[in-house]
Amino acid sequence: MATLAVTRPPFGGFSFENCKRYANAVIEGEVNKVGCSLPAARKTGTTICGVIFKDGVVLGADTRATEGMVVADKNCSKIHYISPNIYCCGAGTAADTEMTTQIISSNLELHSLSTGRLPRVATANRMLKQMLFRYQGYIGAALVLGGVDCNGPHLYSIYPHGSTDKLPYVTMGSGSLAAMAVFEDRYKPDMEEEDAKRLVRDAIAAGIFNDLGSGSNIDLCVITKSKVDYIRPHDEVNKKGISFSDSQHVASTC
Amino acid sequence: MAAPAAMIPYFGQQMSSKNDLVPDWTRQEVSTGTTIMAVEYDGGVVIGADSRTTTGAYIANRVTDKLTPIHDRIFCCRSGSAADTQAIADVVTYHLNVHSGVIELDEPPLVETAANLFRASCYRYREELTAGILVAGWGGVSFKKILNPVAVGGSGSTYIYGFMDSNYKPGLNKDQCLELTAAALSLAMERDGSSGGVVRLATISEEGVERRVILGNQLPKFSSH
Repeated sequence: MATLAVTRPPFGGFSFENCKRYANAVIEGEVNKVGCSLPAARKTGTTICGVIFKDGVVLGADTRATEGMVVADKNCSKIHYISPNIYCCGAGTAADTEMTTQIISSNLELHSLSTGRLPRVATANRMLKQMLFRYQGYIGAALVLGGVDCNGPHLYSIYPHGSTDKLPYVTMGSGSLAAMAVFEDRYKPDMEEEDAKRLVRDAIAAGIFNDLGSGSNIDLCVITKSKVDYIRPHDEVNKKGISFSDSQHVASTC
Repeated sequence: MAAPAAMIPYFGQQMSSKNDLVPDWTRQEVSTGTTIMAVEYDGGVVIGADSRTTTGAYIANRVTDKLTPIHDRIFCCRSGSAADTQAIADVVTYHLNVHSGVIELDEPPLVETAANLFRASCYRYREELTAGILVAGWGGVSFKKILNPVAVGGSGSTYIYGFMDSNYKPGLNKDQCLELTAAALSLAMERDGSSGGVVRLATISEEGVERRVILGNQLPKFSSH
């Protein structure tokens, strides 16, 4: 008797079989029938943003990481190192942003040793978009990539499906609408460093105070041709013990 | 007895809607809603596009450049998924450089070659991709005339078929083509929610490529309300 199994010839590309299996388990509630619940992936609810100013680029991020409705980490670091002149903020699934930036950072270091030159931001952008496209959006990493190279300062936003935009100011994450409102109001080309830092700080603060998925402190990273300032924390707007209504951020009605 | 091949379920972004802290549109795929068009005239071609990229209801980029250079005098207008069209355009640019750099020596590549490369990628991965691409350019001596002198595409194109049918006449010169394209795109952007921003135009001819941007407040106005 012939065997029933028909073997499909393998074709190239990543196999998403396990992703389908996971989705079916969630949708059909098979997991709940057994009495368990699947662990919620830790997501960085997040507000991240970046702006290009006269001499370079300023990146900013909040520091809250959530697991469902609970704050998992009150002071996580969302600005990741890519190379001495390039840094990347990450929103979405925390593990995905962490590993993706580490993988590209490692590959970029090898590439830089091979070329004998400081890496370019466009190279990092290419590597990130090609990797994310290959995984068709299953790697939940939304990134703001910024740096200064031989061609000047550059800023990219990279979406989980692998599309990128090259812009003078970008915001990502659940608090991105609040941050973008601040940018659209006050962005000017060729700002000074202090103005740019103040603008990014205010944009992240808008995300922190108006979005539930963002909170805690504001981290900044200022990248110019000559230096990198990784300021963590730049501003502690949510100190423990100081009630929100006591601070000057709230207009009192009485 | 062979089992029939299972239908691959589409379960993309509907999975975890219980995490309410992260709003829905962050999980939507980035799409270029779009209105794109290309008009041929004697001596070249005018291409135009709007500049809006959306993730669900949020405008992710309001100044997108959807006119992507593939070669010196070949451009493509992208509509559909931003990630898919950017990836395909990168692949075709690479192939064309290898193709014209290694195989065709002194002559610039034909627009048909670029179009066929696009077609090969789009057809092969047609289940996985969402892409609508117009390929336009000036590419040396061609054996076949282009099928249509006018092409429109994208979600906003449905609003301007009537306008194009009544206003396009063969034998327009470059400036008339530019006016026609700008007017058509403005009308589409007015009515289509997924199109908007600025109008980007490019003229491709033997002399080279001329790019132009028409800002929102400089667009031709058609209605008084």
